[in-house]
Amino acid sequence: MQPSRQQSVATEDFSRLLDRVHEIGRGVVLASARDVDRDARFPSEGIGALKGLKLLSAYVPAELGGMGLDVIQIAKICEVLGQYDGSVAMIYAMHQIQVACMVHHGLGSSYFRSYLQELILQQRLIASATTEVGTGGDLRSSVCAIEIREGRFQLVKKAPVISYGAYADDIMATCRRSAGAPASDQVMVLARKDSYTLEPISGWDTLGFRGTCSSGFVLTASGSAEQVLPIPFAEILSQTMHPYSHIVWGSLWLGIATDAVNHARGFVREEARRNPSIPPTSSLRLAEVSSVLQGMRNNIAVAVTDYRRMLADGQQDMFSSFGFAIRTNNLKLASSTLIVDIVSRALLICGISGYRNDSKFSLCRHLRDAYGAALMVNNDRIMNHNATMLLTQREG
Amino acid sequence: MYADKVRDILTQHGRLSSPVDQLQDTSDLYNAGLTSLATVGLMLALEEQFNIEFPDNMLSRKTFASIEFIVDAVQKLVDK
Repeated sequence: MQPSRQQSVATEDFSRLLDRVHEIGRGVVLASARDVDRDARFPSEGIGALKGLKLLSAYVPAELGGMGLDVIQIAKICEVLGQYDGSVAMIYAMHQIQVACMVHHGLGSSYFRSYLQELILQQRLIASATTEVGTGGDLRSSVCAIEIREGRFQLVKKAPVISYGAYADDIMATCRRSAGAPASDQVMVLARKDSYTLEPISGWDTLGFRGTCSSGFVLTASGSAEQVLPIPFAEILSQTMHPYSHIVWGSLWLGIATDAVNHARGFVREEARRNPSIPPTSSLRLAEVSSVLQGMRNNIAVAVTDYRRMLADGQQDMFSSFGFAIRTNNLKLASSTLIVDIVSRALLICGISGYRNDSKFSLCRHLRDAYGAALMVNNDRIMNHNATMLLTQREG
Repeated sequence: MYADKVRDILTQHGRLSSPVDQLQDTSDLYNAGLTSLATVGLMLALEEQFNIEFPDNMLSRKTFASIEFIVDAVQKLVDK
């Protein structure tokens, strides 16, 4: 991985861009959120609007013609989207993780450079097929193997979950390097829509994040051998996919939590107006949840700032250290737990108005989405990894 | 036209140290004992009475500094 040469977009320009994201959020995203959630359908309006702003290629460096936003700015966009619809935010975040894998690890390849330029022009939505039937959710092992012959590859992967797979333009998939390679010797390949097929094997009727349409498929893909990212997946995971995922997910969960607290604030304010002289009891709960929310926000801010600095330094051994992996895991554990805590506190404040689906203070979707956070990469699995790695740590 | 109502609300929620009817429209309310915490109740009551919402940028010390300023702010928000 090269040290990051990206220049962050000027603060003023970025704040204008964020205003536009808020506009889209308040507009098409919010308008379709209820529908998307109820019918577990793909939020095509919201994603379409993001494409309109060229936000799908926002992380592509300016030298290739992209917006060249940095990870702090991408995380902020995820947070803002989370305030309006968790599913739109999650789809955007997952797409950005794939883009980051290519930006961080593919710029040395002429194929990926030109793909990223195509991404800018066509605003292609990229999904990911990392988990596999038979590996028990372990990203670091694959059953399927890529076969490369005469510069062409072939791959068949049985994926229990490919979020928005049916609506994606392309899919990044992990697999073993070759038929003879061990389960952990993995590479990552970009499968293109015109040369893959998806055979559905399971649907997506879940408690929350219903609009992500994370059904299961058998992915059958072929293409040029250049579509394989040129470095081992283990490195892509430790340097990019692992930290980037937990940063953008944490950020969108923060957005959901922020919106829940905004609902609570609005509710308390309405109560307070009726009797301005005596603060309502719920205002004490608001004070409490506001401090928890700030803690969540600060935690994410530190993680994303650290990660950006590490990218700029380009010190590869830092990424593979246990300390960094533990901190990244802790970020995930904390933010996925805090989102449930915060939304639950907000629900207690809004009371029955929050519990109703048809009230302006409704927190039903927030709460259902919130419970997904601990399960996508299960917290127990993460905690087990940390429990092992922590045995090597002497301090910090 | 809003001054009388503003004075009523100030009497109820301002927790001032001097009686409101002894104040001029231009008198400094902070000198008359208005605290920043009391402005919260004042703001909420004004919002309820006039069916308005104070945006963040108007929630400054200056907005509540005198009856005249409050009336101006209310007028502006009602006209919105």
